[in-house]
Amino acid sequence: MIDDRELLWLFGGVAVTLVLATAVGQALRLSVAGPGARDTIANVNARIGAWWLMSAAFLVATLTGGVGSVILFALVSVLALREFVTLSPTSRADHRALAWAFFVVIPLQYALVGVQWYGLFSIMIPVYAFLLLATRMVLAGETERFLERAATVQWGLMACVYCVSYAPALLLLDIDGYDASTGKLLLFLVVVVQASDVLQFVWGKLLGRRRIAPTISPNKTWEGFAGGVACATLLGTGLWWATPFNPWQAAAMSLLIALAGFAGGLVMSAIKRDRGVKDYGGLLPGHGGVLDRIDSLLFAAPIFFHVTRFFF
Amino acid sequence: MIGRLVAALARLVAGGYVNWRQPPSTEPCVYFANHTSHLDFVLLWSYLPPELRRRTRPVAARDYWERGPLRRYLSTRIFRALLIDRSGPDARAAVDRMAEGLAEGDSLILFPEGTRGSGEGIAPFKAGLYHLCAAHPGLELVPVSMENLNRVLPKGEFIPVPMVSRVIFGEALSLRDGEPKEEFLARAREAVEMLRGEES
Repeated sequence: MIDDRELLWLFGGVAVTLVLATAVGQALRLSVAGPGARDTIANVNARIGAWWLMSAAFLVATLTGGVGSVILFALVSVLALREFVTLSPTSRADHRALAWAFFVVIPLQYALVGVQWYGLFSIMIPVYAFLLLATRMVLAGETERFLERAATVQWGLMACVYCVSYAPALLLLDIDGYDASTGKLLLFLVVVVQASDVLQFVWGKLLGRRRIAPTISPNKTWEGFAGGVACATLLGTGLWWATPFNPWQAAAMSLLIALAGFAGGLVMSAIKRDRGVKDYGGLLPGHGGVLDRIDSLLFAAPIFFHVTRFFF
Repeated sequence: MIGRLVAALARLVAGGYVNWRQPPSTEPCVYFANHTSHLDFVLLWSYLPPELRRRTRPVAARDYWERGPLRRYLSTRIFRALLIDRSGPDARAAVDRMAEGLAEGDSLILFPEGTRGSGEGIAPFKAGLYHLCAAHPGLELVPVSMENLNRVLPKGEFIPVPMVSRVIFGEALSLRDGEPKEEFLARAREAVEMLRGEES
């Protein structure tokens, strides 16, 4: 059970927020007219539903200790890479290399997190998987669009596996006077990233005028970006008591997380645009793309991990 | 129990978007689909509601599914596959076996192309579908389109790569009175092709 009081507060806060969000979402659904507004509300409600699911999974992961988090994020990596590969221009010749990615690289990477082997965990994919998968692909003998296909597989591994695996790796950080193994840092990261996401969305809907990158993500505006990042930073600052940081440090970290999350969302959007879909879930209605939900976490997790590891 | 596990696993590896154009029928019927992968029928079968799944038998090639203890266990115990001889000259016997299966109240999963394709197009349908309908008047055929399974587990591979697929169950059709064989087979094939091309 949870005997850490701060963790309990964090989970309590998440639960209260979700209950409030659900109530507001349902009230809006019943009161709003007009197809455009209705779509927006449906989008928000879908996100809230996804958060309930994520929070429940998170709670279970935390209750089972580090192992639970490792398994949870390994599964997230499988589902995310699955979506990534579906949209990628891989060819028949890449089948074996992809099988390696799914059934060797993913289990190995998360096993390394599980046994807390930081030295190998941090280079296994960028060095060994990077070189070996390219070799495996070249052995298949297909040279057409070789660089494009190899790069796609490697990008998929870096984004969906390497970056994601930094989230549970937060539990193995060794910080003076702070027990990272309880998962509070992980929860801090996810709360700030998700809050930044949704607050940017909300501020963008309320005040958004000038678009940041109209060709990539028409919903992202400067107003939404500023409001969302500022609010997420405030929220993260308010959670300093659950982290090894003092309030100023928590503010700087939250700002960093929000900015990295924004960059992640933008880059993953560009990949989607390149493949001609609006979102990974939109390709398959009702499926709800995992990659759509974690795109901002992808960039924030490794940066948060390394900055924390360097300074604390 | 194991059946449910296999179904859940199939959906985890190859599941994705699924759509029913009309609710699944509780009467015995034939689901027919394009064929690109050994996973085709497993995934199709896993999408059926559990109570229908128990009453639905895939029609599969004996030479493949009787090789090795695992395949034999899966095909006989879990899927209750209706195994037929592809190599034998006796197409009649295969149709008879299918008709028997239907008469016992089971539905069938059938791949009328007869063999797995590359995923590019749908091959012409074999006549078995027609003969089955002729032997079983009023039989309902549900066209099913399956996309991307050829990338999950292509011909010649034995380890599936998880990918998102798209499966659409179309509106049932049946053999019209006096409809010529070629016309019927072309119409059935087109029904699958239409689902493939459609926007979801």
